[in-house]
Amino acid sequence: MDIFIQQLVNGVVLGSIYALVALGYTLVYGILGLINFAHGELVMVGALVALSVVRTLSPLLPGLPGWVLALLGTAVAAGVCALLAILIERVAYRPLRHAPRLAPLITAIGVSIALQNLAMVIWGRQYHSVPPLLPAASHQFAGAAITEVQILIVALAALLMAGLIGLVHRTRLGRAMRACAENIQVAELMGVNVNAIVVAAFVIGAVLAAVAGVMVSANYGLAHYHMGFLLGLKAFTAAVLGGIGNVGGAMLGGLLLGIMESLGAGYLEDLSGGFLGSHYQDVLAFFVLILVLVSRPSGLLGERVGQRA
Amino acid sequence: MKIANRWGLALAMVIFAGLTGCGKKEEPPAPAPAAQPEVTVKIGHAAPLTGPQAHLGKDNENGVRLAIDELNAQGLEIGGAKVKFELLSEDDQADPKTGTLVAQKLIDAKVSGVIGHLNSGTTIPASKLYNDAGIPQISPSATNVTYTQQGFNTAFRVMAHDGQQGKVLGEFAVAKLGAKKIAIIDDRTAYGQGLADEFEKAVKGAGASVAAREFTNDKATDFMAILTKIKGKRPDLVFYGGMDAQAGPLAKQLKSLGIKAKLLMGDGGSTPEFVKLAGDGAEGAYSSLPGVPLAQMPGGQAFGDKFTAKYGQIQLYAPYCYDAVYVMVEAMKKANSTEPAKYLPELAKIAYKGVTADISFDDKGDIKGGAITLYQVKNGKWEVLETIGGAAPESAPAPAAADGAAKTQ
Amino acid sequence: MKRRWTLWIAYALLAAALAALPFLVEQNLGRTWVRTLDFALLYIMLALGLNIVVGYAGLLDLGYIAFYAVGAYAYALLASPHFGIHGPFWALLPLGAMLAALFGALLGAPTLRLRGDYLAIVTLGFGEIVRIFLNNLNAPVNITNGPQGVNLVDPIRLGNWSWGRSQSWLGVEFSSAQLYYYVFLALALLIILASLRLENSRIGRAWEAIREDEVAAAAMGINTRNIKLLAFAMGASFGGVSGGLFASFQGFVSPESFGLMESITVLCMVVLGGMGHIPGVILGALLLTLMPEVLRHTIVPLQKTLFGQVVVDAEAARMLLFGLALIWAMQWRPAGLWPSPTRRRELARRQQPEAGP
Repeated sequence: MDIFIQQLVNGVVLGSIYALVALGYTLVYGILGLINFAHGELVMVGALVALSVVRTLSPLLPGLPGWVLALLGTAVAAGVCALLAILIERVAYRPLRHAPRLAPLITAIGVSIALQNLAMVIWGRQYHSVPPLLPAASHQFAGAAITEVQILIVALAALLMAGLIGLVHRTRLGRAMRACAENIQVAELMGVNVNAIVVAAFVIGAVLAAVAGVMVSANYGLAHYHMGFLLGLKAFTAAVLGGIGNVGGAMLGGLLLGIMESLGAGYLEDLSGGFLGSHYQDVLAFFVLILVLVSRPSGLLGERVGQRA
Repeated sequence: MKIANRWGLALAMVIFAGLTGCGKKEEPPAPAPAAQPEVTVKIGHAAPLTGPQAHLGKDNENGVRLAIDELNAQGLEIGGAKVKFELLSEDDQADPKTGTLVAQKLIDAKVSGVIGHLNSGTTIPASKLYNDAGIPQISPSATNVTYTQQGFNTAFRVMAHDGQQGKVLGEFAVAKLGAKKIAIIDDRTAYGQGLADEFEKAVKGAGASVAAREFTNDKATDFMAILTKIKGKRPDLVFYGGMDAQAGPLAKQLKSLGIKAKLLMGDGGSTPEFVKLAGDGAEGAYSSLPGVPLAQMPGGQAFGDKFTAKYGQIQLYAPYCYDAVYVMVEAMKKANSTEPAKYLPELAKIAYKGVTADISFDDKGDIKGGAITLYQVKNGKWEVLETIGGAAPESAPAPAAADGAAKTQ
Repeated sequence: MKRRWTLWIAYALLAAALAALPFLVEQNLGRTWVRTLDFALLYIMLALGLNIVVGYAGLLDLGYIAFYAVGAYAYALLASPHFGIHGPFWALLPLGAMLAALFGALLGAPTLRLRGDYLAIVTLGFGEIVRIFLNNLNAPVNITNGPQGVNLVDPIRLGNWSWGRSQSWLGVEFSSAQLYYYVFLALALLIILASLRLENSRIGRAWEAIREDEVAAAAMGINTRNIKLLAFAMGASFGGVSGGLFASFQGFVSPESFGLMESITVLCMVVLGGMGHIPGVILGALLLTLMPEVLRHTIVPLQKTLFGQVVVDAEAARMLLFGLALIWAMQWRPAGLWPSPTRRRELARRQQPEAGP
């Protein structure tokens, strides 16, 4: 039983990480219908920028407590990511807003490759170990171990999701965003400044990416120029599972994917009589995804059936 | 605005191309005119220089480069001509297809020999091309057993293969560490899976039981699920077949889950990077590394110092690359020729004292004897435990804590 | 009458040029480029296969490389010492194509209701599932030899004539890469021909109808289910053929050749060149295979002179330029570098009132 609870906790933590990244995906997708493949790379940039800030500041201000440093690092990272996102939107996506649907997908891949290699030039090829700035003490919780960083991740994911839902449904900006999501041309006719809304979505997404980057690197203790790609892919899968474009769906999809991977690794071997081991955890995750999408073609919480061909 | 964007991008590309190109103008000073005829001998090197393993690839390249710079400074004479070595380093992206492309490129460039590739997956398909062209190839790091079993007389390696290393590790785990219930994790790469399978065979042969066999991948950072499962099986030793970038966080998570089992790894985990990434989870971990500790080989310490001063920390295989170049050149000296066809027979029967081991090859091209050294993390540093097999120089395995016999950090 | 004459002369000239190409290339640029050319032909076949799914039928497929993998493994397992079976290539290539087509239908069946990006993620998952199985099926029963891959795969062989080593014929020396060039060229031409025929057939028009408006297509009496499955199977079979060729050419297959990045690369070729337009897709495949190699040959030599004091790492610069080129090309030509004339007209019309997705 302890083991089961531990697996569940593992899944929730992993799922919250996916959710943190998936929120950024889903926000941009909801408005533009664009898979921002480069979002995972923003997570990577966020982690590495924050690390650089911490490395430069910690010898200068020796007395500073770790969490203040981490906060400063996150703030700078968020700023850098936001600027980067504005630049990307401006240069790579905006000129293609009316182009065939797959064109921006290709530019997104181009941005992703370019960012990765730029990061390689700046931060080098090696894996960076991230200093333990955030409290990482392990706690027992119903027989399962969970560290403070992990609790923070779960709390942050929930908090940011709630915040985003509030933003989308309670504010003027949110209403404009929903209008754009519904129909970008009509929204424009109604006087919504579409470009500003899109930029806002990218900036919020970038800030989320920076936060996610810092949390991921703090949890695993490492940062690397290649860390964003796979994470981004998993998060995108989570967003689709939950119903892409839906903020709550990103959270739900993330949690589900995390728990599925965790339980898959833990119990697939016993369930399949020893035939399938933990190396098939991704197979299980994708299999469930296919099942979900076959019965609900637009994800768990997705409403619109896209008519995009 | 659209136009401006386009031009901006184009401009960025031009600037970039300019940046990469501007080196042309600052050509290095031409070597002093020599009275003797001078020949340029090209040595090829291939490893992933972009992508997730680029840090290891660059490390290999630096090892080769250091050896070549030294050799050039020595001003060697082979076959009556002064020899200047030139390094041709290619990025194979750890991709088998690109691996064969760069292999062909090196062959076209008429290299006299090749150091590489890094991964078994690129080394094996490339080895066929080198063999067809009759060009000797020494891999510093491909450990897949089949590489040297294809019947190619051009394929060599200065690194113990999975079979050799897995056996030593398995016997060490059972006999020395007293492990009875063992959990094995591998990263499903040719390297990790190969090593883990050989390790499994060895521990079973030595009478221990395998309580769990778990799997991850070479891009993973989260191992909580498989470790939790392992925790339930209560093993007394966990073996990881894979690289340091995964082993580090794995050790950390092992600790945070409160698993008391010992952690054992192959050469992939035997790096200072592992200690850094694992944080407080590193203490007490064991690993093996083919060859003899640098500090115990003549010239080993000097190599470590030189390398560190020039390129920073050794990642992993740089010493083997360094040795591979020297072994190749030694064979050229013996044959008094840099022609592949002429020095290849000499290479097959070479005996050379390298910085990683006394190197000679068996009839397949594998390193003979295959000394393997075991290390443990003590006080945040890899310390030598003992050297098993091979013709270990000196006598007893020094308990080494004192004289900085730790691997060059 | 006169026009037909010039057309035939043009064809003859083109054929002569294509036949002479590997010799000109090997003489002037080196054998690497013949090998690169071989891979370019392989990617042309792959891109044309994916073009059927993405370009004609409008189904976004991110797991296309799985079919390539199926073809490659089918060939490798049945023509290597792994099982001790050494089948002839003329039987194995069609077998690989059929097996891949079966997998294509298998993927198509559950995804019929999905559209756009949901389809993309499911196909992506399918591609990963195939790769994971290939990577792990070495235990409990060793089928694929797992991550170690299958080695010593037979080259294409006809009687005593092996494509795996240099051969001389009529006093001319053909290298292995050159010999493969002709096989690849022949099959690429076959696939181009098949694509052309399909494009102008009833099936091709049905695909186009589905791409433009699935509901309307169904209303017009098109059996959308069968037609979609056919697109998946057809596209997959091209992938299967190129997979078999890849296995025999390389002599070694391992799961790392069939990762997600490969799928994405092939998709980039199709979209960059011009979806649904055969010359465009060929152009895209040629560009994306040749460009990284051209960059490799132009940037690296410059870096050689640097030694030690590298300003910008050449390898990083190469991939960085590649990424930037992708962005720039799509902005310059959003419908692809060489889109089909009809597509271009549609796009021009769509630009004005009712834009985008």
